[in-house]
Amino acid sequence: MSASPSSSSGGLAKAILRKPLVIGSGLVLIAIIVLAILAPLLSPYDPNVSDLASVLAPRSPEHLLGGDGSGRDVLSRLLWGARLSLLAGLIATVTAIVLGVPTGLVAGYRQGAVDAVGSWISDVLMSIPGIVALLVVVAAFGTSMPPTMIALGVLMAPGFFRLTRATVVSVRGELYIDAAKVAGLSGFRITFKHILAVVITPILIQASLTAGVAIIVQSGLGFLGIGDPLVPSWGSMVNDAYRNNSMAPQLVLWPGLAIGITVAALALLGSGISDVLNRTGSGASSKAAKGARKAVLVKDAQRPASEAVESRLVVENLRVAYPVADGLKEVVHGVSLEVKRGECLGIVGESGSGKSQSAFAVLGLLPSDAVRTADRVQLEEVDLLKVGRRAFDKVRATRIAYIPQDPMSNLDPAYTVGAQIVETIRAHEKVSRADAKARARDLLEQVGINDPDRTLAAYPHEISGGMAQRVLIAIAVSCNPEYIVADEPTTALDVTVQAEVLALLRRLQEARDLGVILVTHNLGVVADICDRVAVMKDGEIIETADVFELFADPQHPYTKELLGSTLSGSEPRSRVGDRAPAGSASETPATEGEER
Amino acid sequence: MLRYTLVKLVTAAILVAVVSTLTFFMLYGANSDPVTTMLGETATAEQIAAREAELGLDRPVGEQFASWVTAALHGDLGTSWSNRQPVAETLAARVPVTLGLAILAIIVSAVIGIALGVAAARFRGWVDVLLQVVVIVGFALPAFWFATLLSTTFGLQLGWFPALGYIKPSESIGGWLSTVTLPVLALAAGVAAAIAQQVRNSVIDVERRDFVRALTSRGIGSRRILLAHTLRNAAPAALTVISVQFIGLLGGAIIVENIFALPGLGALAIDATTLGDVPVVMGVMLVTVLIVVVVNLALDLIQGVINPKARVR
Repeated sequence: MSASPSSSSGGLAKAILRKPLVIGSGLVLIAIIVLAILAPLLSPYDPNVSDLASVLAPRSPEHLLGGDGSGRDVLSRLLWGARLSLLAGLIATVTAIVLGVPTGLVAGYRQGAVDAVGSWISDVLMSIPGIVALLVVVAAFGTSMPPTMIALGVLMAPGFFRLTRATVVSVRGELYIDAAKVAGLSGFRITFKHILAVVITPILIQASLTAGVAIIVQSGLGFLGIGDPLVPSWGSMVNDAYRNNSMAPQLVLWPGLAIGITVAALALLGSGISDVLNRTGSGASSKAAKGARKAVLVKDAQRPASEAVESRLVVENLRVAYPVADGLKEVVHGVSLEVKRGECLGIVGESGSGKSQSAFAVLGLLPSDAVRTADRVQLEEVDLLKVGRRAFDKVRATRIAYIPQDPMSNLDPAYTVGAQIVETIRAHEKVSRADAKARARDLLEQVGINDPDRTLAAYPHEISGGMAQRVLIAIAVSCNPEYIVADEPTTALDVTVQAEVLALLRRLQEARDLGVILVTHNLGVVADICDRVAVMKDGEIIETADVFELFADPQHPYTKELLGSTLSGSEPRSRVGDRAPAGSASETPATEGEER
Repeated sequence: MLRYTLVKLVTAAILVAVVSTLTFFMLYGANSDPVTTMLGETATAEQIAAREAELGLDRPVGEQFASWVTAALHGDLGTSWSNRQPVAETLAARVPVTLGLAILAIIVSAVIGIALGVAAARFRGWVDVLLQVVVIVGFALPAFWFATLLSTTFGLQLGWFPALGYIKPSESIGGWLSTVTLPVLALAAGVAAAIAQQVRNSVIDVERRDFVRALTSRGIGSRRILLAHTLRNAAPAALTVISVQFIGLLGGAIIVENIFALPGLGALAIDATTLGDVPVVMGVMLVTVLIVVVVNLALDLIQGVINPKARVR
């Protein structure tokens, strides 16, 4: 939705025209339109003239598709019927667009009261059963086609209203609109120049669906005998076929095919266009794929693969790749690392350096289309490369746990906090619900939540981000794991809360002798909590060092650059006290409690 | 939850009031001439005037509306112009037929649609491709056409089900099922496809969300994640599409009832429309809007139960 309008319109048109589905359905539609326009020339007979000799006549050279129940030529009626159907689709769609799009633009742009009124009217229209309302219109205005299709257009206008409104709302906040405002363009011109360009394609898709629905509804009315009997329609042909179904069952086929093919072509055209739209975004980066498979530089392949692993989490030569248009694009190029129990390893790098991908790969949490290879991913005696889903599930939470980045999106919004902690405990241990709940309460106290009972009963949207991160930490340690992988655990939090959460993590790590892999872009966080640091850039680890050595004497130029760009305040904890850090803000005991 | 329920109730009442007002003024205020339609072109001006006076059509529309509202609030929807039966009685006899058909059809559609949608989201591959084809076909082939095909094939030719007619469920449940099976199939095909499509999309959406990854990281089994978490979070979107589809299905039922000669609202509505029997058309509209409103209300309340956030708004 948020694609910038100017950049892609030309390329987009080309991309759409390359799709065989779009071309095919487009050609079918054009053919139907041409046939409808040329119906007076093409149809071999007057569609309304009955010929007794042709009543229910089979297919023959004179009547290519036979005759109907009144002896009228089926082919001629089919061609003339196309005129009515297409016109019906056009009237309804144009009405719906004329009513829905401008109102949607205004409602989305102005918002407030205009929006409320518009949305309410659209809700009302959407809850009116279409056919019944059309019967009312027929009772009031007679049986001719245009008024009913205009009424249908009114009923279908909410589709366009909502679509336009939603698009405008999503686009409106974007920077280029603000920039246009600064440039002094009037509100109305901004709306038209920029927003209309974005909205136009979804409107086209919606229009093709609306036209299809209108054609179906119009044939339904024709089938019911509502409409001018002298105007041939596909619906009345189905009716005629139905009345003669015992004598000439084949008659129902032709109007059915005509309706089906026309509507399917419209629908496929719409979905073909939207397919192209959805794909242009993701395919853009595929050119980078070729250069991606370059030679591996494994800096710290410290141990041969055969050696036994004791009290360590070891990763060797880890690679992660994703399928792109022309093969695979590798985003992690042979990462090796290890962490001992009681140790905290920081992985530092900019966004896009592959650090989160590496963390997910270790935890087996990559998306299903990711390709992961490694010489070794071993959690003490467990070979994580060889375990299946069930066996992996057994070590998850009990031996290796995960603390995610964004606390709010990582709790299921449909369940209370308590239910989610209890669920994890009971997935691994045979304890009663009550016991699990008592333990959940206990855990919440351990992570510094002052009112654990209220938090247990709260839904995720009822607690703050800092509180939610404490809950996620509580869940992570709920089954007493030995290792924790934390992916930017403080990035989404307020600065004041960040320090408290870091302090909590360090406290838990020391108390429980946890091996922690902490992924972060923040050297301050590294200085605060990590023992060793691995610096990642472009999918590779370029330097691994003790935290004090790294800060004092960075080897790689990129590390120096990183350190240089960090604010001066974040130096590692004082070497003298080692585990007793000097005066860092995070030492204050965690008392967050009531922050909702 | 109480506040949420009250808000929904008031909104529903306003909706019924607005729609029936609009309908009334459209039917009684339009410049059409229902009495001429009824009496035929040969009627004299005196006959027409007499009939209009008898039906109260000589009064101002506002006045007619006021008396209609007063009567309607007492359960009196007027008298049919064509057969002089009380509209409320006629509707009471016919609503259960349509309602039974529509409710059975939406249940069948929902069960098939949800199963198909979840399967397509889970397995992707050919199941997903098949669903896309079914969705296009279900959208493109009108229910009434499918109904005539079913009636011809399974009713007339194979004789598996009655092609015409209706048996009340109070007389025989089996008989009722045999008379509504084909109509339900005709209605459910397209609706099930539409529901399946929506369920597929929202399941895929939910599966991409962070908390599903977090649940996996906690060793929760994939089946439990699907059943307890993914489906639960996909349910609001599914319910929305079910309520939208139900509205469409009521309209479809009116056409399909005609094909299978079910004595529901359909035949009544169409006869009344062609005869210009305005009080009956008005009554049918009122009753269908009431049905829609009640069903939407029920779905909203379910929504409130399964989606804790909806209650707050």
